[in-house]
Amino acid sequence: MTQPKAPNATETETETQTDAETRRTLHLCNICGFCTGLCAVFRSAERRPALTQADLDHLAHLCHNCRACWYACQYAPPHAFAINVPATLARHRARSYRRYAWPRPLAGLLARSGTATTAVALFTTLLVPLLTLLWVPGEVLFAAHRAEGAFYQVIPWGLMSAVAGLTLGFSLLAVAVGLARYWRDIGRGGPPAVSVWRALPAAARDLFTLRNLEGGGGGCNDRGERPGHARRRLHHALFYGFLLCLAATTVAAGYHHFLHWQAPYPFFSLPTLLGTVGGLSMVTGAAGLIRLKRGADPAPTAAETLPADYALLGLLLATAATGLLLLALRQTPAMGLLLALHLGTVLGFFVMIPYSKFVHGAYRAASLLRAAMERPTDRPTGLDLT
Amino acid sequence: MPPEPYDVLVIGGGLAALCAALAAREAGASALLVDRAPKALRGGNARHSRNLRIAHDAPSPLFPGQYGVEEFIADLETAHGGHGDPELVRILAQGSAELPGWLQARGVRFQLPERGALPWSRKTAFFLGGGRTLMNALYAAAEDRGVAIRYDTHVTHLELEDARVHTLPCRGPEGEGLLRARRVVCCSGGYQADRRALAAAGCPGALHYINRGSPHVTGDLLLQLLDQGAAPSGVPGTCHRVAVHACSPPEDGGIVTRVDGMPWGLVVDTQGRRFQDEGEVITPRRYSAWGRWVSDTPGARAHLILDDAGLRRAPPSLYPPLTAQTLEDLGRRLQLPPGALERTVQRYHAARVDGGDDPLAHYTTGLTPPKSHCALPLERPPFHAWTLAPGVTFTGHGLAVDPRGRIRRRHAPPCQTLYAAGMIMSPAVLGPGYVAGAALTLCAVFGRIAGEAAARG
Ligand SMILES: Cc1cc2nc3c(=O)[nH]c(=O)nc-3n(C[C@H](O)[C@H](O)[C@H](O)COP(=O)(O)OP(=O)(O)OC[C@H]3O[C@@H](n4cnc5c(N)ncnc54)[C@H](O)[C@@H]3O)c2cc1C
Ligand code: SF4
Ligand code: SF4
Repeated sequence: MTQPKAPNATETETETQTDAETRRTLHLCNICGFCTGLCAVFRSAERRPALTQADLDHLAHLCHNCRACWYACQYAPPHAFAINVPATLARHRARSYRRYAWPRPLAGLLARSGTATTAVALFTTLLVPLLTLLWVPGEVLFAAHRAEGAFYQVIPWGLMSAVAGLTLGFSLLAVAVGLARYWRDIGRGGPPAVSVWRALPAAARDLFTLRNLEGGGGGCNDRGERPGHARRRLHHALFYGFLLCLAATTVAAGYHHFLHWQAPYPFFSLPTLLGTVGGLSMVTGAAGLIRLKRGADPAPTAAETLPADYALLGLLLATAATGLLLLALRQTPAMGLLLALHLGTVLGFFVMIPYSKFVHGAYRAASLLRAAMERPTDRPTGLDLT
Repeated sequence: MPPEPYDVLVIGGGLAALCAALAAREAGASALLVDRAPKALRGGNARHSRNLRIAHDAPSPLFPGQYGVEEFIADLETAHGGHGDPELVRILAQGSAELPGWLQARGVRFQLPERGALPWSRKTAFFLGGGRTLMNALYAAAEDRGVAIRYDTHVTHLELEDARVHTLPCRGPEGEGLLRARRVVCCSGGYQADRRALAAAGCPGALHYINRGSPHVTGDLLLQLLDQGAAPSGVPGTCHRVAVHACSPPEDGGIVTRVDGMPWGLVVDTQGRRFQDEGEVITPRRYSAWGRWVSDTPGARAHLILDDAGLRRAPPSLYPPLTAQTLEDLGRRLQLPPGALERTVQRYHAARVDGGDDPLAHYTTGLTPPKSHCALPLERPPFHAWTLAPGVTFTGHGLAVDPRGRIRRRHAPPCQTLYAAGMIMSPAVLGPGYVAGAALTLCAVFGRIAGEAAARG
């Protein structure tokens, strides 16, 4: 027996083992076609039979790692073809994050993303409270501040927003550069597509409902053989919780700039309510996903990608949890240090946006958009069997 | 004290077995299912399958159009060529209609064409995620309903004889053992994994076959039962096969090893000679037709030869072809007699009649065998070749059963306590023929009938 090989794509680029395995896997899927109903990956792969490097990247980012195709696969080990789509694509994604990272020298952070994310987050989480302890006089730091502007008596507004703005700005720029290069690559030489605008509603639906985590309707195999919807719901909790927290911050910034109301805001104010619900939702989602991952069947998992997953979930959990703690204890003398702690986690998160697994969202969204642009140009292929 | 016997023992782990075990258990019987395969390879050949043929009077979310019971029966009659039992044929077509609902109620999901999930067809329904997902759902349903399941357990003998309690020897992970049950439903499939048995039954070239499905379906129990006087059905030595890559795994390669695209090239035997009109069958029947034709060649091997233009027209293939700049070199690498391939191609070119723009309209005159469609020139290098072998799917020779699924005997009335369902008895319905999707429908319909009948005793 010979192992099936992929068609010859462009031989000019140096093939890494990861690319070769991804190509072998998706080529077999293209011949087989049993999983076409499970998610967007398989139909998209059929549209890109040459499986060039950009095709592979696109398909890997399109995969939501729902693991349904592992349990569906007639060629999973112990079969000689040894197909493992979820693990292969997870490995490929990890490599692709690095390839598109900007600036290049920082791509190394993504090679050991788990360790790097954890280290940087721990560093900033300790650094900010430490600096606060050093700079802010004890009687200010440990006083119970209750009035408007209390937070800024501990850490001045200007300093807070300058540091946050600079780090976040740089991080968003880094993501944007990688994303722009990625978008150009997956569009070049791809199959026929409609315009971005026409595809936007379908892509938004896929993104915001996580339709590809539904296993085609039955649910995804987050734990094992039996499908369910836990993973999608927990991801929703985390993602929408995150958006609520973002909204809380935006509203608060609006209050500050336009209405000249200063934080902290009362519990029944919009920013506080949004932040509380968002924070609770994030904690539920992140903690639930960590639990789910720990109890999951290891067979379809690329073990080396797990540290990055846990590191991001841990960081988001820490950010939300410290935020909630700050809210609960903001009228006590612990407020000052808690504020510093929370800002430390937020800073760590900002710094690591482009160099942690958080970037998956950007590439995933781009690939969903691209898939939605290519979908309408499919020819119907009903087959009537005689 | 031997253990308390089960009401129903189901032998096998494929679709027929799961449907029998579920039906028996739901009818109130205690049920044990034993499969020879390990858990990771459970599901029999349903692992490699993807659609069911279903009669439906009106369009539904599962299929467009309408496919009535009578049309289904007419399709089956064409396929079985007079070998099918008319009563069983009708039971199959009628029973198919309620299968989607029955399966869905047990956790099975189908692809819905409107969800944009292709492919679809008027006559068949496709499983979401293919056959392995189907079987995972049914195994979960069986576990939930209290069916006892043993993997890796080979039933080594089945006595064709009624008994109050059957005692069957088996070999499992813990060594030899005995299974006890009041009724037995045998769903152990045909004998296609046993090449010697196929050859002994008169199947040409069987020793050179590739088995597309599970290596565990050797039909040992089927052959034992026939030896003991069970009434046969179908035609000995017949089987369904398709042309597959000769370099595929010898077992379990499933659906991806098929070779297609013969109309775009020439097919030669190991002597470099053509033996079949490559343009004759271009419908989906071409797969099984080529399985048959390749089986009849010496050594059951043939080569599909394409030029570069033909390769582009042929559908994507699992394995890359063997490629050479000249026909001479290609012939050498295929170990054909020197000059044979060039001569075959020369003769073909001389007989070609150009048909204009429609590739289908090109044909040959004065050539034996002719090429009746797609006779395009084979001239643009490089030249490519895939070596073909017959890949067997299932056998067309099995047991005869009565409408309740009880095993018929040659010289005695049907057994009262021994039942059979699935490919082990499919020739009683399909004869040596086949229509796409009918195998799984048959497994499910007769599995349910036999399981329920066995439970009621
Ligand atoms: C590649 C391929 C694709 C196919 N595609 C389709 C399709 O799309 N649609 C369709 O309708 N049909 C299809 N078929 C045919 C269909 O899959 C089979 O006919 C059907 O699955 C047979 O089911 P079964 O339950 O009768 O037996 P099998 O699936 O053959 O199972 C027999 C079972 O019995 C077990 N067994 C055998 N002997 C013993 C023993 N002595 N003790 C214990 N256990 C034993 C085996 O381990 C196995 O689990 C396909 C077949 C193949 C090979
Ligand atoms: S994952 Fe396996 S079953 Fe699914 S399409 Fe790929 S090869 Fe086929
Ligand atoms: S999204 Fe799920 S079904 Fe699709 S490729 Fe990824 S793991 Fe497989």
